[in-house]
Amino acid sequence: MSNAVSALQGKLAPGEVTIREAGLRGMIVLRGDLTDKKLRAVCSGVTGVDYPGQGQANCVGEKGLCWMSPDELLVLVPYAEVAEAIALIDKALKGTHYLAENVSDARALILVEGTYGREVIAKLAPADLHPDSFKPGDFRRTRLGQVAAAFWMRDEDTFEVICFRSVAEYTFNLLAASAKAGAVGHF
Amino acid sequence: MSTRLANQGRLINKNKAVSFTFNGKHMRGFEGDTLASALLANDQMLVGRSFKYHRPRGVVAAGAEEPNGLVNLGKGATFEPNQRITTTELFEGLTATSQNHWPSLEFDVGAINTYLSRFLPAGFYYKMFMYPQAFWKHVYEPVIRQSAGLGKAPKDRDRDTYEHFNCHVDVLIVGGGIAGLAAAQAAGARGARVLLVEQTADWGGRAAVDTPQIDGVAAPEWIKTTVEALEKMPNVDMRLRCMGAGIYDHGYALAYERLTDHAPDSDGPRHRLWRIRAKQIVTATGAIERPLSFAANDLPGVLLASAVRDYVVNFGVSLGDRTVVVTNNDDAYRTAIILKQAGLDIPVIVDARAEVEGELIDQARDLGIRIELGKGIAKVKGGKRVTGVALCAQAGEGAVLEEIDCDCVAMSGGWSPVVHLWSHCGGKLIWDADQAMFRPDPERAPTSHDGQPFVATAGTANGHLYTAEVVSDGWAAGRAAAKAAGHTKRGAQAPMGHDAAEGPMSPVWLMPQGAGHALRSKAWLDFQNDVKVSDVQLAAQEGFESVEHAKRYTTLGMATDQGKLSNINGLAILSQSLNADIPNVGTTTFRPPYTPISMASIAGVARDELFQPIRKTPVSDWSNANGADNEPVGQWRRPYAYLRAGESVHDAVNREVTNTRENLGLLDASTLGKLIVKGPDAGKFLDMMYTNLMSTLPVGKCRYGLMCSENGFLMDDGVVVRMAEDTWLCHTTTGGAERIHAHMEDWLQCEWWDWKVYVANVTEQYAQIAVVGPKARKLLRKMGGMDVSAEALPFMQWASGKIGEFDARVFRISFSGELSYEIAVPAGQGRAFWEALMAAGEEFGVMPYGTEALHIMRAEKGFIMIGDETDGTVIPQDLNLQWALSKKKEDYLGKRAHERSHMADPNRWKLVGLETEDGSVLPDGAYAIAAGENDNGQRNTQGRVTSTYYSPTLEKGIAMGLVHKGPDRMGEVLEFNKVDGTTVRAKIVDPVFYDKEGEKQNV
Amino acid sequence: MLTLHCPYCGVDADETDLHAGGQAHLKRFGPGSSDEEFEDYLFMRENPKGVHFERWRHVYGCGKWFLAARCTNTLEVFGTYPAQTLEPPKDIRDKIAGTRPGWSWGIFK
Repeated sequence: MSNAVSALQGKLAPGEVTIREAGLRGMIVLRGDLTDKKLRAVCSGVTGVDYPGQGQANCVGEKGLCWMSPDELLVLVPYAEVAEAIALIDKALKGTHYLAENVSDARALILVEGTYGREVIAKLAPADLHPDSFKPGDFRRTRLGQVAAAFWMRDEDTFEVICFRSVAEYTFNLLAASAKAGAVGHF
Repeated sequence: MSTRLANQGRLINKNKAVSFTFNGKHMRGFEGDTLASALLANDQMLVGRSFKYHRPRGVVAAGAEEPNGLVNLGKGATFEPNQRITTTELFEGLTATSQNHWPSLEFDVGAINTYLSRFLPAGFYYKMFMYPQAFWKHVYEPVIRQSAGLGKAPKDRDRDTYEHFNCHVDVLIVGGGIAGLAAAQAAGARGARVLLVEQTADWGGRAAVDTPQIDGVAAPEWIKTTVEALEKMPNVDMRLRCMGAGIYDHGYALAYERLTDHAPDSDGPRHRLWRIRAKQIVTATGAIERPLSFAANDLPGVLLASAVRDYVVNFGVSLGDRTVVVTNNDDAYRTAIILKQAGLDIPVIVDARAEVEGELIDQARDLGIRIELGKGIAKVKGGKRVTGVALCAQAGEGAVLEEIDCDCVAMSGGWSPVVHLWSHCGGKLIWDADQAMFRPDPERAPTSHDGQPFVATAGTANGHLYTAEVVSDGWAAGRAAAKAAGHTKRGAQAPMGHDAAEGPMSPVWLMPQGAGHALRSKAWLDFQNDVKVSDVQLAAQEGFESVEHAKRYTTLGMATDQGKLSNINGLAILSQSLNADIPNVGTTTFRPPYTPISMASIAGVARDELFQPIRKTPVSDWSNANGADNEPVGQWRRPYAYLRAGESVHDAVNREVTNTRENLGLLDASTLGKLIVKGPDAGKFLDMMYTNLMSTLPVGKCRYGLMCSENGFLMDDGVVVRMAEDTWLCHTTTGGAERIHAHMEDWLQCEWWDWKVYVANVTEQYAQIAVVGPKARKLLRKMGGMDVSAEALPFMQWASGKIGEFDARVFRISFSGELSYEIAVPAGQGRAFWEALMAAGEEFGVMPYGTEALHIMRAEKGFIMIGDETDGTVIPQDLNLQWALSKKKEDYLGKRAHERSHMADPNRWKLVGLETEDGSVLPDGAYAIAAGENDNGQRNTQGRVTSTYYSPTLEKGIAMGLVHKGPDRMGEVLEFNKVDGTTVRAKIVDPVFYDKEGEKQNV
Repeated sequence: MLTLHCPYCGVDADETDLHAGGQAHLKRFGPGSSDEEFEDYLFMRENPKGVHFERWRHVYGCGKWFLAARCTNTLEVFGTYPAQTLEPPKDIRDKIAGTRPGWSWGIFK
């Protein structure tokens, strides 16, 4: 839809580490038997990426697969392609027990870009963000401040963070405040 | 007088003067000074008044253990009370004022208490303020409040920012003295991820002052090269001004980093609270020197011996020209030697021991210092500062042998390892009789998730007083910690230390040993809380024999310093009074934080707009820009009403109700929970979750459902929609979305894990807007798109299609009693959809309405609200909702509980409507009074108000309530209490006040 | 601050990522059960100083419920395991027996 807007409409907090709302992104929650070959095949088919291992995210551009739990994947596609992707999933998994729901509008995607992005996240999340422990390809669901969030690294200097739409502003402001406060110099 | 020396001060930069004020007086210090050293350099020995007796007090220590030097620091937005001057680094423009005196520090009226001290013994408050009870509130409380507390509370908002930082390390080392440095070296060399924190602004601890030899060089040089080597290790992070505050379960630790306290105008957060998860922790926290208990040991000018030499060596500050050293150990001779070498006079070293032998003693003798063995101090002379001491035999009762003029007394009663962090998480202590100290028992270390020790202690904190042992112990602890964390790479060699051989110390708990009451009642144990030897003895006499009881009775160790100087001395006195061994009396409990940390650092970034998450719907911004007066509903802020210019909230609510009933209203219902339940067993599952039968709901239809907890109480309600053969959409209350989602997952994962059901929370995927009122259909027809006629979309059905250009799911459900469509569109289009409805609805008189109008309209219809009519003790039967309890189902959550005798009791309070006789609005929560009193002498009650409103539709107050056998008592009049003590009469009526046949919603 | 290993997603989860759910291995009693059975199921709980079995949900993480065997006194964690079981797995029971010989909890020993 031409009138669809993301939660923060591309809000930006520039700085040494920049916080940027990424705009609309297609997200599908897929629950099912993750060992099912048909499921894995259709996921790779709609995203063009390899099926991720436990705790992993395989993302290329706007497409990707994130491992959410033993029976849940997050499928990332461009916002406009969600209906098509769900249709493909429905077709492939017809007759099996699964659930595929569009959650693109239920979430916000925020980018953390800059050299000490790890520390910006580590100020807010109890996860281990040491470079030896958390690398591009890793995916972590945890909390940021007082809300649930998940994040992965697009590259060494870019985190992609997803949170619920209703708390997008809180999450953005948390990240922006932590970025503005400067580097810790720990990692 | 105290003054600055010409040729000393390793930490200060004499080329950089720093100006500051104390009690309005302008003073100058140097860069590198602490506030304490700068005050002493200005001969300001009197720094505060004690808590109870308002006695004049000066600094006792040079570090974190300082009990007396507490000031109000800063002003306005940087004001903070109770700041310790010995750990406050001086900066340009610092302003400080002393505390706990009136009218001034020099002349304090409260000092009269010291003359009344006979009448203010231990437990004074408990004894004095008991009787008569009538005095509690109006006499005692104001008096106690007046004298309670040390500093002033800040008045202005804190201008600074604070943050947290989470990190995971292999080895956390607390303490940057030589033991901590050696531990870091060992652990770092093995490749472990190391965090080393030091509470002060420089590395090396005591060794930097006492300069023993390490690896063949003087300690300061070894410290410098070791720090440089550690800084080059990428796996070692070193933090100064960062105090290990507490150690908790499973390797969690807190450290408190003070980033800008010493430079308040710099950017960035003021404090950072490190939330550390460490595999292993080494506490190399050093030791604290103990005071000696002799009469008037609290006068300004009586300091710990180590502190006296710290001020000379670190800051070039002498406490006076003539310093008497009084000790029970060799270490204090270092103070005499350093002072003598600095050109100051040591009239005498008073040593309580009868015989001494050691290198330090020889050195002192060689310097020509007089040493008096077997002697003690009978009392210190002076008023606001020391003028002399009276010597006596330590073995005697205090007969004065000689009086010696001096302006400083340097005392040492031995050393107590800092075992706080070791003890926080369960590390046990053993009593080392030779050194008269509690030290960590390595056999009983704190254990972690794997049952293995995770805290080790090293160096002086481990009871080692010799440098050779300190560095080798530190090294070994670091190496062992790295190994336990999985790093076994072999590294460099352990450092070797050397210092002068010392003779044994001899414990001295009271000076002189046989001091009479007059001396004991002037021998201070706890300087900050004014607890004396005689107080602890009195506590023991009065039966407070447990150390924890004695502590609370006397307040020993309960001040902001938490007894760092007083605890061991106090418990030694207690054990003597009880004729028990010290280890049998034991210590009080060590609790975090080690020294007080700022409240703001605990809050971190969570203040102002980040204090807690505020959840927003896609329509929230529009509402806030259009007069919304919000109310919190969980973390959401929902418009209570939309106020127009000049309108009161009450008027706005009435306007919204009337307009919705007569024309058209819009409600942002996006916060309602929306759960997708899908799978072959979804129907069976929902039949367990809801009291109603949901599996039989036809596709395309909606059904109101109730959820009970397993013990039968109503926990949520909402409309359930059959989307497809294997898919249901469950609406929950606003507060219920996450809770009910979790509830469903709990049952699916933990009880019926073989059922094929998936649940997804899609609450935030949709903006849901209720289009309500007699003109609702007209508006939707005007918008265009799908057929919303009564025939195509009857009441309690749903359909998907287009409303205007929007993809929508339209539910014909009503919580107001009016013709109503709840329309869900993707959240990203929610704002656009809302604005389109507002624009198109203008000709129909559309107005947004808030939660209060929603509440009034549902109450007019007699619809219950979870949280109003329910409170966790209410069952569906109480609300006359038996019709929603399926009799066809063998089982559902709550069914068995409803069979319990209390649930089936005919005497339960049940839902009715209530109407006051005078048309007024009943107070919310008011009780219906009944005859007689209960066992507690309170009026009996027979019901209570659960919802109460002014109904603009009926132009009178309406209410719902739970009343004993209510539905059987229609027409009866009850009396409800009001806040002002009067009562109001109300009649029991049918709870459906409006459109009893339900015709309006079904057109 | 406990750290518990989530057996579903492999994360060593901080206590702040978790939600505690009370005692594990309850047997549900529904309609047809006696008052005593239902009372036991609803209200009666173990309160040991020592070995305990608990329910935890990795609420900020993968959302899964798991069970933990831990000592309430020392906080030693003997193991965590998926919730889809009626009894503690043998390896965990053996591990407990290793350090707490003679332990018992409810119907388990």
